[in-house]
Amino acid sequence: MLEVEGIHVYYGAIPALHGISLRVGRGEIVTLLGNNGAGKTTTLKSISGLLRPHEGQIRFEGMRIDRLPPHRIVAAGVAHAPEGRRIFNRLTVLENLEMGAYARTDDSFAENLERVFTLFPRLKERRRQVAGTLSGGEQQMLAIGRALMAHPRLLLLDEPSMGLAPLLVDQIFDTIRDINSQGTTVLLVEQNAYMALSIAHRGYVLETGRIVLEGKAQDLIVNEEVRKAYLGM
Amino acid sequence: MDILIAIFPQVLVDGIALGFMYALIALGYTMVYGVLTFINFAHSEIFVAGAFVGVEVLLTLQAWGLLQDLHPVLLLLLVLLAGMTMSGVLALAVERVAYRPLRAAPRLVPLISAIGVSFFLQDVIRFGESLWRNAFYLTYPSIPFFDQRIQLTAFVDVPLKSLVVIVAAILMLVGLNLLVHRTKIGTAIRAVAEDQATASLMGIDVDRMIALTFLIGGAMGGAAGVLFGIQYSLITPYTGFIPGIKAFTAAVLGGIGNIPGAMVGGVVLGLLEAFAASYLSLLTGGAFGAEYKDIFAFSILILILVFRPQGLLGEVVRERA
Repeated sequence: MLEVEGIHVYYGAIPALHGISLRVGRGEIVTLLGNNGAGKTTTLKSISGLLRPHEGQIRFEGMRIDRLPPHRIVAAGVAHAPEGRRIFNRLTVLENLEMGAYARTDDSFAENLERVFTLFPRLKERRRQVAGTLSGGEQQMLAIGRALMAHPRLLLLDEPSMGLAPLLVDQIFDTIRDINSQGTTVLLVEQNAYMALSIAHRGYVLETGRIVLEGKAQDLIVNEEVRKAYLGM
Repeated sequence: MDILIAIFPQVLVDGIALGFMYALIALGYTMVYGVLTFINFAHSEIFVAGAFVGVEVLLTLQAWGLLQDLHPVLLLLLVLLAGMTMSGVLALAVERVAYRPLRAAPRLVPLISAIGVSFFLQDVIRFGESLWRNAFYLTYPSIPFFDQRIQLTAFVDVPLKSLVVIVAAILMLVGLNLLVHRTKIGTAIRAVAEDQATASLMGIDVDRMIALTFLIGGAMGGAAGVLFGIQYSLITPYTGFIPGIKAFTAAVLGGIGNIPGAMVGGVVLGLLEAFAASYLSLLTGGAFGAEYKDIFAFSILILILVFRPQGLLGEVVRERA
């Protein structure tokens, strides 16, 4: 479904990715692991079009998307819930969700809204509230819900558990699994490697802009290096 | 004392009409600022361009002998439409040519570009009109219908054109506020104003929303230009400077980036000016004449801003964590 082939990405003159290649198959949850600065967020930003690779290709369902602006990539079926939630603080919860569905031209809005409200009943209660006044956990639900409003075929999630209480982290990961079982493919970046590997099918490990390890989640979770470096064991 | 009371309604209407004119111009500054945190200093010339298109339409109709034949309301709509189209398209073109290529540049660069565009447009208008009419000071032909005076009280009458300015401005301000707060496009503009990168991840074409903001702000400026011409008659390529600065002030006074703020700021400034112009001399026994109106109005503005730097309706911007 998604093929990333040897992309090199620079921030100005500073290289961030040195030839990353990965693929995500339909229906999978794939996770990217690695320390801060390894290039996980940069990889997601390149896929969603916020950054443009200098070399390499990105294809989604066979179509090259690495030269498209972000709004075209969303329209193609890829939604990105960015790092740090980045909800629109001054818009209401409902307006945020409307913006999530901005690219959809069909009449699926009510249906998608219902789905998001079923996953996150709290958002339904607060739909008239200005988003900046939500708690951190609610903002994270809104960020994920907003991405789901695009009803994407591929969902990019960047650190969905960041700053959340453990109970909420469990809930968010359950939700990701639900979303996936309903047919959405997920590419997940996560600091919490254990949680990520426990729901993912496969994973890639990044170090300083390169992929150093890849494999099935159940293999990675018992891998000696991964355990030392990312699972703190 | 009697005269102070007798002229009060007159001064009130003048002040409000002037204020709504400022408000309409202020929208162009405030909308662009709201989306890009950038002051479009060429907006005063976009306003003037509308005024010139308006006068050209009226002079042409006059030359054809149609000025008296058309229904005045139809005439007004026609001139407004022409002015708004011209100014809207001009604002769009200025954004595309002079600002968009500089969007990633440091803040001061597009500001300088805007000042350059401002001078450029002044002289283009001067050059064009000099060539075409051998004059660049033009006066709006009088439309008797709008010059008729409406009797408000036994002693007070105001020209219909002042009321037209007020009504037209209120309709446009209300319409724009509905557009920005009640439609999907409006929500998208607000999303772009808050976070361009994230807005693009929603599927919003950020460039298009920014262009739309310039188009709307420019069109409102063009409408203000036409209303200015109908109200005050004489226009020159340099007419925009003072109303532009004052409208910008009104936008800051109301809380820049905020549409109702532009309206409130404009009306407050217009009233201060009108009252200062009429009452200063009466109240000080002639020591200070009407020419001190700006000093008076701006002193009060400075006072307000000292105590409310975010403007009358502005919100204190939260820093994102």
